[in-house]
Amino acid sequence: MSEFIRGDGRKYDELRPIKIEAGVLERADGSAYLEVGGNKILVAVYGPRESYIRRLLEPNTGVIRCRYNMAPFSVDDRKRPGPDRRSSEISKITADALRPALMLENYPRSMVDVFIEVIEAEGGTRCAGITAASVALVDAGIPMKDIVVGCAAGKVDDRVVLDLSEKEDKEGQADVPIAMMPRTGEITLLQSDGDLSEEEFQQALALAVEGCKKVSKIQKDALKRKYATG
Amino acid sequence: MKITPEITRESITNLVENDKREDGRGLNDYRDISIETNVISKAEGSARVKLGGTQVIVGIKSTLSSPFPDTPDLGVLMTNCEMLPMADPTFEPGPPSENSIELARVVDRGIRESELVDLEKLCIEEGKHVWMLFIDLHIIDNCGNLFDAAELAVMAALQSTKLPVATVVDDEVVLSEDETFDLPINKKVAMCTFVKIGDKMVIDSSLSEESVADARLNVGVTDGGSICAMQKGGQKPLTQAEILECVNRAISKTKELVEFI
Repeated sequence: MSEFIRGDGRKYDELRPIKIEAGVLERADGSAYLEVGGNKILVAVYGPRESYIRRLLEPNTGVIRCRYNMAPFSVDDRKRPGPDRRSSEISKITADALRPALMLENYPRSMVDVFIEVIEAEGGTRCAGITAASVALVDAGIPMKDIVVGCAAGKVDDRVVLDLSEKEDKEGQADVPIAMMPRTGEITLLQSDGDLSEEEFQQALALAVEGCKKVSKIQKDALKRKYATG
Repeated sequence: MKITPEITRESITNLVENDKREDGRGLNDYRDISIETNVISKAEGSARVKLGGTQVIVGIKSTLSSPFPDTPDLGVLMTNCEMLPMADPTFEPGPPSENSIELARVVDRGIRESELVDLEKLCIEEGKHVWMLFIDLHIIDNCGNLFDAAELAVMAALQSTKLPVATVVDDEVVLSEDETFDLPINKKVAMCTFVKIGDKMVIDSSLSEESVADARLNVGVTDGGSICAMQKGGQKPLTQAEILECVNRAISKTKELVEFI
């Protein structure tokens, strides 16, 4: 892999500057704030609480429900408020990505709500949302096997790079967002769009896994900071 | 539906009867206020307001639009509010609730009726092209008194708003890439919200105070001291004397509030 420099001055395997803070909201049971590049994301967690939506109720386990939402002012052209097809899909895969780490079997008939608000978007919001949501879940004190972390790799100018910016995402040829449980290395979310050869995909996946490991450290630091001071 | 225990109702009411409150404030005291502007770089204007534990983010986005037929030389303001489910365990996703619509409309009334934005200067070509400003309110933490926090946030966001310079060339609007102008604003407005607990009117209610309040009164006042918006809410009536007392208190209190903007 050559040592070329990307449009924003990063190396191929370099993350954008990232900052995570746990416990930022008062009402929520758990919450987190995350900035990565130009993304600003807030996550709140409520629960486990009794499932008041009957069709979601499971007699033998708790369930997780996610809502990924973009603020109208988070993007260049104002986004119409409310869910659209994209955010519905992201809500669903985010719930699926987080579920394996949660020990919800201990909470039958209950529900955990995860609300992800994209205050400002600059590429890679779904992974950033998952990363922040895990921190908020820990902050809520929900028993977990692992802290899920998300990160994307992709292809820009025929080169596989880590953590695509908005510009790279728009101009790039492929995007591979993943989420994983870092203790076991199990992947809990994987998407891929664009054009990748098998070899490129392998590179992208390996790169994204490395990225996840770096972000995982930052998640843990944020939690330690919160509980060392608070 | 959350039920407030009778014992909580009694304790809050008894405190207020003696001019005291749960958190140690007086009946005419606000919680700590902090305002940050330009928090969203992709928005034309933005602000984040904390009023005690209550947090509101406002972003302002602009688009070019055609004017309404009855006001061909005026720009357009639109206010929307999302009471995000993250802000409160009882807020639900989905289309805006009645409370959310009321909040947006009352806040909008303060801005619109005070005529603090010079809408004529948002007209690019009469009858054809005007600026349309979307004011989007995001409620992210509800610890009571959303109205006053939202009005402060909208006011601060409007003051931080910059729009690209627009010119008309061959019937088409051309936006400058680097030149901007400040949104023309000629006054400030703030809102004071009172709730009635027992026989007293309490300013800047906390969540628990709201849960036991009989009625609510919003009073929007400009920095020149004129009343530009009012709204009564809640299930019980207010006396004329109570309303006049609130207006009087609001006019002096908003002088302090506009200092924060």
